[in-house]
Amino acid sequence: MALSAALFYFLASIAAASAVGVVVTRNLVRSAVGLLFTLLSIAVLYFLLGAEFLGAVQLMVYVGGTMVLVIFGIMMTNTGPTGGERVKRIEWILGIGLAAGLFIALVAASLNLVKPAASAEALPGIQPIGLSFLGIAEPGQRSYLLPFEIVSVHLLVVLVAAAYLARGKRKAVKP
Amino acid sequence: MNDPGLTGYLILAAFLFACGILCLATKSNAIGLLMGVELILNAANLNLVAAARYVPALKLDGQMFALMVIVLAAAEAAVALAIFLNFYNNRGTVDVDDAKDLKG
Repeated sequence: MALSAALFYFLASIAAASAVGVVVTRNLVRSAVGLLFTLLSIAVLYFLLGAEFLGAVQLMVYVGGTMVLVIFGIMMTNTGPTGGERVKRIEWILGIGLAAGLFIALVAASLNLVKPAASAEALPGIQPIGLSFLGIAEPGQRSYLLPFEIVSVHLLVVLVAAAYLARGKRKAVKP
Repeated sequence: MNDPGLTGYLILAAFLFACGILCLATKSNAIGLLMGVELILNAANLNLVAAARYVPALKLDGQMFALMVIVLAAAEAAVALAIFLNFYNNRGTVDVDDAKDLKG
């Protein structure tokens, strides 16, 4: 137990430090690297919690997919090393006030929660997840067939729309 | 060193959420805003997975919700970047303060 607790504190400090780095730096590429380290440490936290499938999905989709998209976006819309940021002081003060208020409220709420008894059972692995996505649920468990279909059609529609929106403008070629 | 338990994960997620909110409030570059949204979604996901681990009734449901959030976040990032590229083609910048065509 001591090893997993030490690992949690180590990974949590990496995630928190790089999340702060995302916010404070004015260089967008540095923000992206900070976000990359936050996502990586969250993926390792999933492995630590025992959700191996989710950790692998986080590595593949977030670290391998979304971050590449973000970095391509930075490269294609670059407007100088600072990204053309002109942040007013009042925005910082209001933002820090809002974020600190939300953080304190959330921490107070989570400290007041009734602590559930830690269960020693492992989380369900890939097989129960896949079976309940296919609607072959064991009795007493929900079937996730309908959300799965909705999400897959949604993903298809969204990607077609994104490809349509981001296409380059072509001049009509006249022979 | 004591075990963090559910509370430790919830506090870490609250901190990531606050960083995401601060990112949304202080950045004026559209891609910086997108990174703030990613931080917020990851904080929510961490809550869901920690609940799946520590609350016995949510073992499967927490992981399912987290998977749905990951898929929807990927879709959202793709559409957001497509819109930003379109805006950049028209304006030569992705500063959200310049996006005021609809202002009366």
